Amino acid sequence: MGTFIAKRLVRLVGTLLAVSFLTFLLVNLLPGDAINALIPIDAQQDREFVEQIREEWGLNDPMLVRYGRWLGDAVQGDFGDSIVTSRTVSSEIFHRLPVTAELMLVTVGLSVMLAIPLGVMAAYREGTRLDQVISGIAQVFLSIPGFVAGLLFIYVFAMKLGWLPATGWNRLSNGLLDNLRTVILPALSLALIEIAVYTRVVRSDVMNTLQEDFVLSARAKGLSDRYILFRHCLRPSSLTLITVVGLNIGTLLGGTVVVEFLFAMPGLGKRLLDAIFQRDFMMIQGITVFVATIYVLVNTAVDLIYMLVDPRIRKAD
Amino acid sequence: MSDAVETDRRLLTVTDLRTTFSIAAGDVQAVRGVSFALDRGRTLGIVGESGCGKTVLARSIMRLNLGSNVTTTGTAEFAGRDLLSLPMADMHEMWGMELAMVFQDPMTSLNPLVRVGRQVTEHLRQHLGVGRAEAARTAVDLLNEVRIPEPEARLKAYPHELSGGMRQRICIAIALACEPALLFADEPTTALDVTVQHQILNLLGREQRERDMAMVLVTHDLGVVAGRTDDTLVMYAGMVVEQAPTGSLFEEMRHPYSEALLRSLPRTSQVSHTRLAAITGRPPDLIDPPSGCAFSPRCPYVQPRCREEVPPLSAVDDPDHRFACWTPVGSPEGMAAFARNVAEGLPQAVAVDLTAPSSTGSGGAS
Amino acid sequence: MPLFTRLCLGWLVAIVFGAIFADLIPGLQDPNYQGFLFGTSATNEPPSLTHLLGTDNNSRDILARIVYGARVSLVVSMTAVIMGTVCGGFLGALVGFVRGKTDAMIMASVDVILAFPGLVLLLTVVTLLGRRDLLVIATVVGFLSIPPYTRVARATALAVSRREFVMAARAIGTRKRTILIREILPNCLPTLMAFALVNAAVIILLEGALAFLGLSVQPPTASWGNMINAARVDLRINVWPAVWPSLALVFTVYSLNVVGDHIRRSKAVRSAAL
Ligand SMILES: Nc1ncnc2c1ncn2[C@@H]1O[C@H](COP(=O)(O)OP(=O)(O)O)[C@@H](O)[C@H]1O
Ligand code: SF4
Ligand SMILES: [Mg+2]
Repeated sequence: MGTFIAKRLVRLVGTLLAVSFLTFLLVNLLPGDAINALIPIDAQQDREFVEQIREEWGLNDPMLVRYGRWLGDAVQGDFGDSIVTSRTVSSEIFHRLPVTAELMLVTVGLSVMLAIPLGVMAAYREGTRLDQVISGIAQVFLSIPGFVAGLLFIYVFAMKLGWLPATGWNRLSNGLLDNLRTVILPALSLALIEIAVYTRVVRSDVMNTLQEDFVLSARAKGLSDRYILFRHCLRPSSLTLITVVGLNIGTLLGGTVVVEFLFAMPGLGKRLLDAIFQRDFMMIQGITVFVATIYVLVNTAVDLIYMLVDPRIRKAD
Repeated sequence: MSDAVETDRRLLTVTDLRTTFSIAAGDVQAVRGVSFALDRGRTLGIVGESGCGKTVLARSIMRLNLGSNVTTTGTAEFAGRDLLSLPMADMHEMWGMELAMVFQDPMTSLNPLVRVGRQVTEHLRQHLGVGRAEAARTAVDLLNEVRIPEPEARLKAYPHELSGGMRQRICIAIALACEPALLFADEPTTALDVTVQHQILNLLGREQRERDMAMVLVTHDLGVVAGRTDDTLVMYAGMVVEQAPTGSLFEEMRHPYSEALLRSLPRTSQVSHTRLAAITGRPPDLIDPPSGCAFSPRCPYVQPRCREEVPPLSAVDDPDHRFACWTPVGSPEGMAAFARNVAEGLPQAVAVDLTAPSSTGSGGAS
Repeated sequence: MPLFTRLCLGWLVAIVFGAIFADLIPGLQDPNYQGFLFGTSATNEPPSLTHLLGTDNNSRDILARIVYGARVSLVVSMTAVIMGTVCGGFLGALVGFVRGKTDAMIMASVDVILAFPGLVLLLTVVTLLGRRDLLVIATVVGFLSIPPYTRVARATALAVSRREFVMAARAIGTRKRTILIREILPNCLPTLMAFALVNAAVIILLEGALAFLGLSVQPPTASWGNMINAARVDLRINVWPAVWPSLALVFTVYSLNVVGDHIRRSKAVRSAAL
């Protein structure tokens, strides 16, 4: 197991290096030079001034040198300064992260809590009306993107019923209830697809598990159906679910960009968008690498958790 | 079998049990009218080729045939109550407490992700409301009982950390935990190494005797029931073809199928479950079973009548020894039919004639 | 095929034909014609015979914009599917069959690209390219589609390579290239096709999200996502300009998923995947 973890960590470092390099490459190779963000286009007539700025920002060094410098700073948590606001990229990330993190946690938590009973029930009653209804709803949810769901929720719950605010954000420090009122609609918008994906995974997994001999022997022992479903069948399925949640974090991160935009939430996704509109390259680069790093880390963590939960893997090296 | 004393000891009476699976291709008639009785503390062997309906029979009695496409009719009276018409809630009380089952494959019948300890005691706790500490003590006792060394350590293990024989001992311990009155053991040794097969069978026998528990031992191997069960029931194509006290059965096999099973048993080698193919032909289609005697397409003694009329399960001399055959092994008509079939070159008759010229049925033919 | 699946297939066919032959549909209006400038129609009109689905907040015909908007979804998803199956499929089948160093290298790059959340990478690339016409969007989405197809094709090729007929072909000394073309690629195709349908749904959602953020094709070119975004502002006044493109988007994605599931369940794909 030790060697497994070691290998996994080596791969992790490799992936992170590659991810950061690719991002750096993109930002630096593609047309649309950072200089455009530093100096207004009409001021660029002044060649000397442009050169001076280029020197100042180190834009004239060879790319690998610049990458090395940027990486060296990045591993120390310094992603450079925003070209637009002159605040450091890392302080902006640090500032925005809690919003996105909470949004994602609530979304995943909500989805898992709904999907497990739904999926288990559908599997337990496979082929019945209940199963058809649950699977049908999942199929529909799977087709509703966050921005459509969000718009629908805003229209119904904010505009028509007036129960919840349409946009904005209340920090957790302003009180849990106020905070929840601003997080619930965005989280629900993102949750539809997640619920659908998780429900389908749990259903098909539990259905397979129900065919296992150990379920029959559990029945022969007189254990209640509920106990068998949740204490015997869910365990193996939860491994699959953990993996799927991890893999889906990528889509979810994309989703937060859209939903934070729609609900005007001061999260990382919204910040990335602002940077994009302002052509704030340092910021784009920093957030992109940061987000990809989170995604890679989550998936590595999932692999490790998987190993901890499954005793068969835990023993085998 | 009808005196008052025995009726009092009567535990299970199965009457005309039939189980059908409806699948796309048609209705699979896996069990077609099985009746038998079993007394407390007695053992019954159910023997037959693989696919003849033994597992389905056992699971039907225990109501463990899952799926919505299963129909079971008949009755299975257990201690005065018909299991087949019991509400599901009552069955949950029966399972584990009164009825228990040991399955064929101990590799798959334990949950790989749950520690052995929980699996040994969870039903104990659910049924009897036993506390954690007491359950743990009982678990140690049970593991000692089934001769597992270092029980405390084993209870903390996961199933894959134990050997096959060890796992089957665990399964037996689980089955015994709530002191059931009736234990089904469905091919409990088929998946195990030959070296541990005897140990497991002996363990089952000892527990059965010590606990005065009734046991149904299901196997495809006549050799397993010999000397281990009080009565034996030979099944073919979902029906009982011969039924007798095990001793009388081995003394005198009357049904041609039982005889064929015996003949396919290796005399010396221990590798027992690979040789059943020695019976010419294949088990019949259970969606559209042959008319008349189901064994007729493979029977060396077959005669025209067999293909038309189903022989009833009945006794001739010994009232406890019943069989379903028009011309049983050892009868003059049987020998005549066999000689005729050999002369006509019927493959199953010729095969018997050539490979075992001295065996029971071929006396008059060669 | 069940009736419901047929209906979904029917919807997809209608969308494809509508998008291709939009110019030829009799009575379909110009999607960018702003009637109120010429006094022929008002903004936010309810459905009528002239405007079957009404008009948007620029008095453009919503139905026409949906039909023309389908073009964007169609072009982008088709580019993704074609580039994915052709490049990704070939690459994956190749490395899954030959294994070794090439395999390790290609899959390492695939893993790196897949280490980015899809929309975030797409956003970044599109922004950095600086141009946002249909060709650029479609090409970027197409390139980003290659890795997932590579992964699917490789997994299938690995499984196919272990099957008897491939073993047999190897044993009798058939050339590797011949085996790849005759055995591996054809056997990967059904799985790739099933994946393509589901992937097309993902791509349509992705483009929708991009357009919703205002970062897909430049307005006034209609796309379902930017129609929804434009209608968002006036949601309180008139929801219908948001409802219709949303329904079109959701129905299309739903149909792709239903048809994709159906194909995945069918025997041909399952046996090929073994
Ligand atoms: N769930 C099922 N659906 C359809 N047919 C079944 C099912 N379970 C068992 N059968 C059929 O019933 C017959 C008897 O099976 P079984 O009782 O398992 O035989 P065995 O004597 O080897 O235990 C077989 O022909 C088998 O194919
Ligand atoms: S002799 Fe006839 S009745 Fe007896 S087993 Fe053979 S076929 Fe059946
Ligand atoms: Mg069996």
